Amino acid sequence: MKGSNLPFQGTVEQERQLRDKLAELKPQGGALMPALQYAQELYGYLPYEVQKIIAEELNVTLSDVYGVATFYSQFSLFPKGKYQIGICLGTACYVNGSGEIYDKLRNILGIESGECTLDRMFSLDATRCVGCCGMAPVMTVNGDVYGKVKADDVEGILSKYSAKESKNNG
Amino acid sequence: MINLTINNVPVCVKEGSTILEAARSIGIKIPTLCHMKELSELGACRVCVVEVKGMRSLVAACEYPVYEGMQVYTTTQRVLNARKITLELILSDHRKDCLSCERNTNCELQKLAYKYGCDANKFAGETRNFVYDDSTDYLVRDNSKCILCRRCIAVCKKAQGVGVIGANERGFKTHVACAFDMKLVNTPCVGCGQCITVCPTGALKEKEEIVRVQEALANPDKYVVVGTAPSVRAALGENFDQPLGTNVQGKINTALRYLGFKKVFDVNCTADFTIMEEANELIERLQGNGKLPMFTSCCPGWVSHAEKNYPELLPNLSTCKSPQQMFGALVKGLFAKKNGIDPHDIFVVSVMPCTAKKHEKKRTITDGMPDIDAVLTTRELARLIQENGILLNELPDGETDSPFGEYTGAGIIFGATGGVMEAALRTAASVLEPNAPYTKLEFDEVRGLDGVKEAVYRIAGKDIKIAVVNGLKNVKAVCDKVKAGESDYRFIEVMTCPGGCVMGGGQPIKATFVKHKNEVAQKRASVLYKADKAMYNRRSHKNGSVLDAYANCLGAPCGKEAHRLLHTSYSAKPAYVKES
Repeated sequence: MKGSNLPFQGTVEQERQLRDKLAELKPQGGALMPALQYAQELYGYLPYEVQKIIAEELNVTLSDVYGVATFYSQFSLFPKGKYQIGICLGTACYVNGSGEIYDKLRNILGIESGECTLDRMFSLDATRCVGCCGMAPVMTVNGDVYGKVKADDVEGILSKYSAKESKNNG
Repeated sequence: MINLTINNVPVCVKEGSTILEAARSIGIKIPTLCHMKELSELGACRVCVVEVKGMRSLVAACEYPVYEGMQVYTTTQRVLNARKITLELILSDHRKDCLSCERNTNCELQKLAYKYGCDANKFAGETRNFVYDDSTDYLVRDNSKCILCRRCIAVCKKAQGVGVIGANERGFKTHVACAFDMKLVNTPCVGCGQCITVCPTGALKEKEEIVRVQEALANPDKYVVVGTAPSVRAALGENFDQPLGTNVQGKINTALRYLGFKKVFDVNCTADFTIMEEANELIERLQGNGKLPMFTSCCPGWVSHAEKNYPELLPNLSTCKSPQQMFGALVKGLFAKKNGIDPHDIFVVSVMPCTAKKHEKKRTITDGMPDIDAVLTTRELARLIQENGILLNELPDGETDSPFGEYTGAGIIFGATGGVMEAALRTAASVLEPNAPYTKLEFDEVRGLDGVKEAVYRIAGKDIKIAVVNGLKNVKAVCDKVKAGESDYRFIEVMTCPGGCVMGGGQPIKATFVKHKNEVAQKRASVLYKADKAMYNRRSHKNGSVLDAYANCLGAPCGKEAHRLLHTSYSAKPAYVKES
């Protein structure tokens, strides 16, 4: 089954909000797009449980919901991690070796672009140009920008954030 | 009316017609791959493109409306080139195992590729990551042969109201699959197989059981018996170049004997048993024992749909097993005992026009044995006959074996929409009015292809309102009415496939059937009604074998032994099962 295999953590309150919104949207034609946009905003992603509610309330098939959710890149089947990693695969970064960095990230984290790790700590997105080609290849973690990254630097960068977490927890 | 020219020939057609329709009206054929009238008109495949004078680009004839003064050209060099390249691009991402593909010589893509002289290997490159789903007992989806025409999606959603498949993702990654790429077995798919019958290529097919049957036939310790459903005789001939509407039952009997089956029975006979039970169950319910309206339970697609979508209506379903399951239970329960055969050594094969029957075979187990061991579709039987070098058309007609080879006209008409209702009414009327000088035999109101048919019959001084539904999408309105307590129906027949079993998902496939569905349904059904009319006995309770079985083994209809062998129960099931 495609999509996130993280346990669904939606709250009763979120579900109430979603169902209220769907009841409001249903009488209008073409309710599916605004419904998905609302749910994406509300939950941060569109897991099975949420798409089921949308299908049920709007009286459309789950296949229709999923088809639209996977057609547009504005929707995601995976939640974002606490630390959102972006790796630029734009031309300048790519010719400077960002492909290798991307592979390394996928290997270490065990996820593909668009996905999130099981502990919801890191999510990974392969991005287009982030606007600082002079620093290529560029990798970002939330607001932090790392330039002239080498594949060997990746582990060190990630461990900075992991360490921060274990300090917080400890 | 709109005046235009097609290839310089003047045409006059209704406003709103498409170019495709206008061309067809003057005998010009424009090739199509994705088009299905009224069900799927989205211009996805681009094979039907034509040139219109004054327009910059080619247009899709299947969806482009005509206008006054339009000049259309269907076979210019530009059009032919465009079609050829489109086909070659489709072929570039198509697994070309045509030599051994089940649809070889009966594939719409193959025919067009030949017609346009395509080079199948012209565009080599990356191929898609294909979905292969064989999770169910009845269907295999192999997307390496899918051309994204979306006909299966349209028929599932629009004709059947099930909608378990769709186009997922976009661009090069677009593929037809269930939501979240779930396995079909975890969705509300009912197994009707209508998607198979509209697939232009070999991307969809039944899950084959030919090999299992051949192994059983080759095993000297197995006593292999077979029974064919009513609709098989009305369609099998199509796979042997017989005209639509040819009854080949006699030849089927001979062919089955050639194949080595020990006994050649007929599921028509157990359809008569079904009526004995079902008509009596209806009478019991009408007398206050059980819920009304009663729904028929012969159609496994409908039963599965009810279990997943209408749990509150399950007490309304007749508890009778389908003729197929009764067939197995009677062979292993009565026939084995009578002939001193260990029922465990008996291997029961049924030949069905249906893919859902492959799933149904596991539904009921009697005395620890599955009622049915293997189910072949009509198409599989055709292949089995061909593989064994049997020339069907040259065979003499053969008879069926006793005791489950004898049948009445009521059993035959089970294959057409309204047939089960009509057969049940024939017996119910006779039982309720035993002394009437004449009881009604032909119930014309329940025949024909309307999605929902209604009628009121006065039987034994009471008005009995009935409904007949075919095409699963039509069941929703009826079920909603029953659920809301707003229906005054007493008896409702449901067949999943539009037209009934004669149009089942296991029946022969021809490209032209997509365009002439109603004609095919009528011609196949006419075989059954003609055979019914020619019978001396046309009421199930006149079947000698049936009467004998009740007198000597089963006791009274709906009695204790009859219940043990011939009835079943239902349970609510989740529509979707989330995969981990």
